[in-house]
Amino acid sequence: MKYAIYSQHPDINPEMWVDIDKIIAKWRHIPGSVITVLRECQDIVRYLPSELIVHISKGMQIPVSQVFGVATFYSFFSLTPKGRHNVKVCTGTACYVKGIKETINRIYGKYHLKEGGTTEDRRFSLEGVRCLGACGLAPVMVVNKDIYGAVSAEKVVQILEKYE
Amino acid sequence: MNQTRIQLMLCGGTGCHSTGCEKVRIALLQEIEKQGLAGEVEITITGCNGFCAVGPVMVVLPEGIFYQKIQPEDAAELVESHFLRGTLVQRLLYKNPANKKIIPKMDDIPFFSSQVFRAMRNKGLIDPEVIDEYIARDGYFGAAKALTEMSPDDIINEMMTSGLRGRGGAGFPAGMKWKFAKEAKGDVKYVLCNADEGDPGAFMDRSILESDPHSVLEGMIIAAKAINSHKGYIYCRSEYPLAVKRLGIAIDQAKDYGLLGEDILGSGFDFDVEVYQGAGAFVCGEETALMRSIEGKRGMPIPRPPFPAQKGLWGKPTILNNVETLANVAQIILNGGKWYASIGTATSKGTKVFALSGDVCNIGLVEVPMGTTLKTLVYDIGGGIPDKRKFKAVQLGGPSGGCVPERYLDTPIDYEEISKVGAIMGSGGAIVMDNTTCMVDMARYFMDFIQDESCGKCTPCREGTKHILTLLENMCKGKGKPGDIEQLLELSDVVKKSSLCGLGQTAPNPVLSTLKYFRDEYEAHIFDKTCPAKICPDLVKFQVESDKCKMCGLCFKSCPADAITWKKKEVAVIDKTKCIKCMSCYDKCKFDAIL
Repeated sequence: MKYAIYSQHPDINPEMWVDIDKIIAKWRHIPGSVITVLRECQDIVRYLPSELIVHISKGMQIPVSQVFGVATFYSFFSLTPKGRHNVKVCTGTACYVKGIKETINRIYGKYHLKEGGTTEDRRFSLEGVRCLGACGLAPVMVVNKDIYGAVSAEKVVQILEKYE
Repeated sequence: MNQTRIQLMLCGGTGCHSTGCEKVRIALLQEIEKQGLAGEVEITITGCNGFCAVGPVMVVLPEGIFYQKIQPEDAAELVESHFLRGTLVQRLLYKNPANKKIIPKMDDIPFFSSQVFRAMRNKGLIDPEVIDEYIARDGYFGAAKALTEMSPDDIINEMMTSGLRGRGGAGFPAGMKWKFAKEAKGDVKYVLCNADEGDPGAFMDRSILESDPHSVLEGMIIAAKAINSHKGYIYCRSEYPLAVKRLGIAIDQAKDYGLLGEDILGSGFDFDVEVYQGAGAFVCGEETALMRSIEGKRGMPIPRPPFPAQKGLWGKPTILNNVETLANVAQIILNGGKWYASIGTATSKGTKVFALSGDVCNIGLVEVPMGTTLKTLVYDIGGGIPDKRKFKAVQLGGPSGGCVPERYLDTPIDYEEISKVGAIMGSGGAIVMDNTTCMVDMARYFMDFIQDESCGKCTPCREGTKHILTLLENMCKGKGKPGDIEQLLELSDVVKKSSLCGLGQTAPNPVLSTLKYFRDEYEAHIFDKTCPAKICPDLVKFQVESDKCKMCGLCFKSCPADAITWKKKEVAVIDKTKCIKCMSCYDKCKFDAIL
């Protein structure tokens, strides 16, 4: 395939490149599929390094500026590396009223981890996300795919310590 | 062979899932097996029951007994006592907080008894992953009627009679929208479902998709017939993985049954639906932005007209309806528009689903007839405010809405009446706030949200919200100046009048409504440099008042920054150089000793 020119990248191994090309081949003829391609590629690499964005743009035959524009527009995409465990704290109104701020402060106190940041050892990334729609459990935190409800500042460290 | 004697409807919604319903299911299965009741007692995992606050919940049919907060350890007792001997397990039943009386039946619990289920009529009654259960509850009968007996005009007339208005927030009559799209010229037309539920505090669409996905598909089929469209998309938030999964299952099953795809039910009508996952942008809830997003572009709105009904997705006539709106459609077609319009007020018909959350006892999802007062919603259904605190306001409509204070609680739920008091119906988020909520901080919170989510295309929204936010942040930090309130009002007016899309046009609402009803709090922040609710950390002194301190040491234990020194029988001292103003000591102190 013409677009399969690989750049060296520490976070993308050869198998990943093969999978990425499969994704591009599957979607390149379907209009409007850039978001889907970015999503699937991010699932593999866990973030979108600029080399990958350039690669996708060549493969999809869409200007880099456009792919980059889409990748930066949506909060789902990350252009910086993520930690092994992705911690999402809900910053929706119900969680806010129920004190997610204290929880976030406690996470900062313990791990020096700010919203949008990753710990140095790449153990955790912290994301403040829009309402997760689980307001009945506020304040809510999601670690990888596990949902935790009523996460008070007291409980949060105890929960996070389970993730190595 | 044994016949199923007891049906257990165990809630598998996101709320109950996180409180451990899966473990409960396994424990129950084991116990049922052990007691030899397999075949007699059957477990169904349903979608969200609505009463998320007391999860995991289970309803035992046929009697309709409601069990709450079930743990795996309770399985043995439930099976032995209730299912084997017929004695209810008292300690797991609902207890009325007002008089401590036990209410065993779900329908008698005040939370449920004031509700009328239309959009959520199947919630907790069917397994959302089994199409037959939906069909057994008259599912797809509406679509069949629309496809075989009705003309597009008949459908649109029925929708107009029903008075159903868009449940996503704006309240535009659904039938009218369809009429415009039907009359628009073009061979290719699209039916879109807006499942990009973005308002913080609103989760009814997620719940409907998770508990009854077929009702949305059926609504889309009927809409497709009305405007002669053959392709539909459901634009769903990627934050809702369970909803996406269940929609996928529902679409596959509907295709297998010949209810989607080519020649639906032999009527010669083709319609196909695809799920499109959003990638996290609040503005994509705006119709033109949503369409740009499906086209694979940055989700930025474009000026209207042309309206999507003329030129929408890929430039073709398109209708976009919200999940809750579509979930009502099949019943309107089946039972008639007049039936739907039989409840409600003069201008708002039918029911509305609210996501009740915040400082209220019964957090969860409720569906009430239009015209119900906010008081009924908060007190009768919501059970009032917990911890003997006082009601302050209810926030309706999320970042585009406003706060309704106590004196307007008699306002009926009605599109026009609610906007008269400065809020909007919105998508149905109802966040109750008690007297520990700071309204300036609340306005700041919403503005922060809007500022973050503003797509940046038009200047008033991009820059205006930023300045409003700066003003509010300064107030919360004790740096507010005289004249700030006037400037807020002026800026809000400009942003409201000159923004391109609904996001910007409604963005100042939270500021305006709090200013209208809680101006004294703004003034306290600006002139007295105090936060009456003691929420803004910069306006809290973090000093321990020695005559109030009971030397209990709770603050010392709660401090994450080791800023508090305390010994037994000594008043605690806060070291301000170490204090990170996290408020945990303040929250812990039972004696209001921290200033």
